[in-house]
Order: sequence, then structure tokens, then C-alpha cells
Amino acid sequence: MSVVLIIFCVLSAVTLGSAFLTIFTKNPIHSAIYLVICFFSIAGHYLLFNAQFLAIVHVIVYSGAIMILFLFTVMLMNLNKEDEVHKPRIQRWAAAIFFVLMCVVLMLIFRQSKPIVGPYDTTGEDYQSIKVLGKVLLNEYMVPFEFASVLLLTAMIGTVLLSKKEKK
Amino acid sequence: MDNVLNQIGIENYIFLSVILFSIGVFGVLYRRNAIIVFMSIEIMLNAVNLLFVAFSTYHQDASGQVFVFFSMAVAAAEVAVGLAILVSIFRNLGSIDIDNLKNLKG
Repeated sequence: MSVVLIIFCVLSAVTLGSAFLTIFTKNPIHSAIYLVICFFSIAGHYLLFNAQFLAIVHVIVYSGAIMILFLFTVMLMNLNKEDEVHKPRIQRWAAAIFFVLMCVVLMLIFRQSKPIVGPYDTTGEDYQSIKVLGKVLLNEYMVPFEFASVLLLTAMIGTVLLSKKEKK
Repeated sequence: MDNVLNQIGIENYIFLSVILFSIGVFGVLYRRNAIIVFMSIEIMLNAVNLLFVAFSTYHQDASGQVFVFFSMAVAAAEVAVGLAILVSIFRNLGSIDIDNLKNLKG
């Protein structure tokens, strides 16, 4: 086993384990913390691919912005207590069975339709450094980039309007 | 670090993403707390992003990573609006249990 494979296995175990713990923990704040661990390990996967830009953006956006939003909301609603009632037993069993079935079916589908995996050859061409990504983003994907900014602005205005207190 | 996929294999990444996506679906079905449901949706989005990056490396094409960048922007907007909706639901109903949201049922 090569070093890279061992790193991949450890990172995957952390990712899947913390994702499971996010769902099974009763306290929402603990769930948020486990979700941060999950996101950091996914950033580790990106680093393993040498996709530095995405790793940094992932840490900033997910572990920074989105998790702060989650934690703020949890604390705003004062939910940091473990009083949630479970769903009925039959629904929980149905969810578990659906999980297993979905795993099996999707894995079989992807096994059948996987691309021809030859030896993966690198041409040595630089395709994922920040320089190249910036050029691609601002040349080919200029219009979607601007639309993304419009989307973020709309989301910001919508959030402010939605969370404003209504006048009686 | 030149050929990570030679040592790991694209199948392993496919399996990891499939399991992560299924965990997200499981969380949506299993929990009643709406915030945890949102977290599960984030997990699903991340599974898909991971597979995008894996295949971007596989094809040595930057477009996959640009697409992940856009999907992160959409995810950020979605979470902001969704959490604002949850806060306003909490103000009106006093809980965010999704089984209590039956106002449209008649």
C-alpha cells in the first residue's frame, strides 16, 4: 500500500464517520461540529488532488461561512438541548433500508457504467493552479460568474427581507 | 503527486461519493429536526462536488473545478435563504420539527 492510498483511506474514514455522527447526534450543536470535521476532511481530499484553489475556497465557504450560519441559527432558536422525539420506528427502519438499497443500486450502476480505466497518464499540463482556473473562470465562464454574483445579491436581499420582524 | 488516481483509482472515489450521498439521503429521511435536514443536504452537495473534482482530475480539465466553484456559490445562497425561512417558521410555530409543518394538509 502506498502512502497516498493510506492517506485516502484515513480521510475517507473520517469523512464517512463524521457524516454519520452528524446525523446520529442528538444535540444540533454537536452535529454542526461533526459537519465541520466532515468538511475539513473533504478539503483534505481536494488537497490530495492538488486542487489548491478549491480546497481553500471550500474551507472558507463551508467551514467558515455556512457553519457560522448554522451555529448562529441553532443558538438563535435555543435548540442546544436533546429533546427531539424520534420519528416512528417504521419510518426509521424504512430510512435505513432505503439507505442500504440506494448504496447498492448506485454502486452497481456506477460499476457497470464506469469509464475505461486504463493507467492514468499525466501530460504534465497545468490545469488546476489558481492562475489557470482564474483564466478559465473569467474567459469561458464569464457570464455564469456574473450570474453567480447576482444570485448571491438576491439571496442576501431575500434573507434580510425574510428574517425581518413583521410589523404588527 | 502527479498521478494520484493511478495509486487510488477512480472507483474508490466513486464509492466514497455514493456512500456520502446516501448518508445525506438517509439523514433527510431519518431526522425530524429541520436544521439537521439542511446539514444532510449540504453533505449530498459535497458528495457531488467531490466526484466533480475527481473527474476533473481524471480528464485533466479545469471545467469541473469551475463548476464546483459555482455549485459552492449556489449552496451558500441556498443555506442563507433556507435558514432565514427556518427562523421565520420558528417564530411562527415555536418549533422546527418538520412533522409539525402540516398547515397545507387541510
